[in-house]
Amino acid sequence: MTEFIAPAFSPAYPEIFLAIMAMILLMLGVSTDKEDYRSISRFSILSLIAVGMVVIRLYEGGVTTFGGMFVVDGFSSFMKVLVLFGAAVSIGMATRYARRERIMRFEYPVLILFSTLGMMLMISANDLMALYMGLELQSLPLYVLAAMQRDSVRSTEAGLKYFILGALSSGILLYGMSLLYGYTGTTQFAGLAAAFESFSHGGVPLGVMTGMVLLMCGMAFKISAVPFHMWTPDVYEGSPTSVTAFFAIVPKIAALALMARILTGPFGNMVLHWQQVIILLSVASMVLGAVAAIGQRNIKRMLAYSSIGHMGYALSGLCAANQTGVQAVLVYAAIYMVMSMGAFAFVLMMKRKDRMVEDIYDLSGLSKTQPMMALGMAVIMFSMAGIPPLAGFFGKLYIFQAVVNAQLYMLAVIGVLSSVVAAYYYLRVIKVMYFDAEDEALDAQEDRGLNLVMMLSSLSLVTFILVPAPLITAARLAAETLLR
Amino acid sequence: MTELSHIGISHFLTLSAILFTLGVFGIFRNRRNVIVILMSVELILLSVTMNMVTFSAYLNDLTGQVFSMFILTVAAAEAAIGLAILVVFFRNRGSIAVEDISALKG
Repeated sequence: MTEFIAPAFSPAYPEIFLAIMAMILLMLGVSTDKEDYRSISRFSILSLIAVGMVVIRLYEGGVTTFGGMFVVDGFSSFMKVLVLFGAAVSIGMATRYARRERIMRFEYPVLILFSTLGMMLMISANDLMALYMGLELQSLPLYVLAAMQRDSVRSTEAGLKYFILGALSSGILLYGMSLLYGYTGTTQFAGLAAAFESFSHGGVPLGVMTGMVLLMCGMAFKISAVPFHMWTPDVYEGSPTSVTAFFAIVPKIAALALMARILTGPFGNMVLHWQQVIILLSVASMVLGAVAAIGQRNIKRMLAYSSIGHMGYALSGLCAANQTGVQAVLVYAAIYMVMSMGAFAFVLMMKRKDRMVEDIYDLSGLSKTQPMMALGMAVIMFSMAGIPPLAGFFGKLYIFQAVVNAQLYMLAVIGVLSSVVAAYYYLRVIKVMYFDAEDEALDAQEDRGLNLVMMLSSLSLVTFILVPAPLITAARLAAETLLR
Repeated sequence: MTELSHIGISHFLTLSAILFTLGVFGIFRNRRNVIVILMSVELILLSVTMNMVTFSAYLNDLTGQVFSMFILTVAAAEAAIGLAILVVFFRNRGSIAVEDISALKG
């Protein structure tokens, strides 16, 4: 009988704390008589902020625990802070909308907490098993959130579609994992890396290649890279807007982190084998994201295609497979998050005669009726299109620099061309707001919080050029720990 | 005639590959009922579980079996959530035929 030795819990304190808080809030929500949405959502935001503080405080360089299944390093801390911040903001943005649309149930913030917990586990995963559990803990609450508006056909249909395609993608991912396990005899990332190193001298077995490709397909589903993007526009359009905001802001960041860790960690010795696949995904996403959004009138659908395009750019940074590439991806992820926060805060404010509207042409002449709102959105759209001197431009610049340094010239050319095409539909929003004949005005804003989020977002996009150092340095430190 | 020892790892792997393919085709080729899709998802997870257990026995390593336990648990949770969403959808739409999942189109 070997003696049982408890693993070190301290690296996982943030996750443990978040799990306990989420369960306490769930119990509170169930046991109070009137469903007290407000205080539960406030406590959720507070606990997300507290966890963020702990993550920063506990910052350690490269500690593993739970038998090597769980890793905490600079990269994981950086990504966790992004995810926690995004989740806290999206709970805050939801309050008024949730009351209007009668989805003001206490489960809403609690589900977001559980999903965030899954994302943190996913970011820290150092083993295929831990990865799978984190991924499922992330996805299952998301399916429920998409179907949150129980009496709406569109919302439940979005939930159903998301569930079916999500379950399929986890199945594909798992099959890949089982093949990798079978051919290498381990599920640990370090073990996988060692096994792949031995393959790199001889030929790579077909089973390993298949497993790797299936694993990447499963992850491509989660970040909605083309050709695994079919669910994105439907789910974005059908879900309640506050939930769509959460989908756009947070889970993609976490999945991107996972992808970066896997491609540079266990698959780090197989760059030549996976690079082709990722280049293909990236090019397809950039092109489709640029072209398919042109015909969209619904702003949520347009933002869905735009997010597909943005993920394409982020993936092309990963193709470089070196430290500058990962650093560029981290910077891009942070900027993307800020931009989509602002854009969705704007969408949440779009209402006329007390009804939510989603059509781009509902914004006609907004610059005359709501000048501040139009200005904020214009900045965000310019930044998404990558117009200098806004932050979105620098995000793309770093990505393309990394891509060119890795001598992937075609990829950079296609990226730049598709960003030119994509500029059309971003600029169309601005044109409608500023140059189209005045339509009936949108309602005046009573929600200060949303206004604040949008204004802060556009302000930080403008001022990024003045103080880029904090983000760039943090991203560099994080990328360094990933590629030690 | 009854020599089971002829059944080797490749048979198990082939069977689970067939099950996996059946599951994927069941999702894409099915035009009638969402329940069939849920069953196909279960079939995929089952094939993965079998793969894991086979490899685990072959490699003489317990990790695969532990993994398959986790897959079983998650599959149960996933089925519960899937059915719950399906029930809510049925209440709104009055049908669970695949062609009726069509309110959202671009």
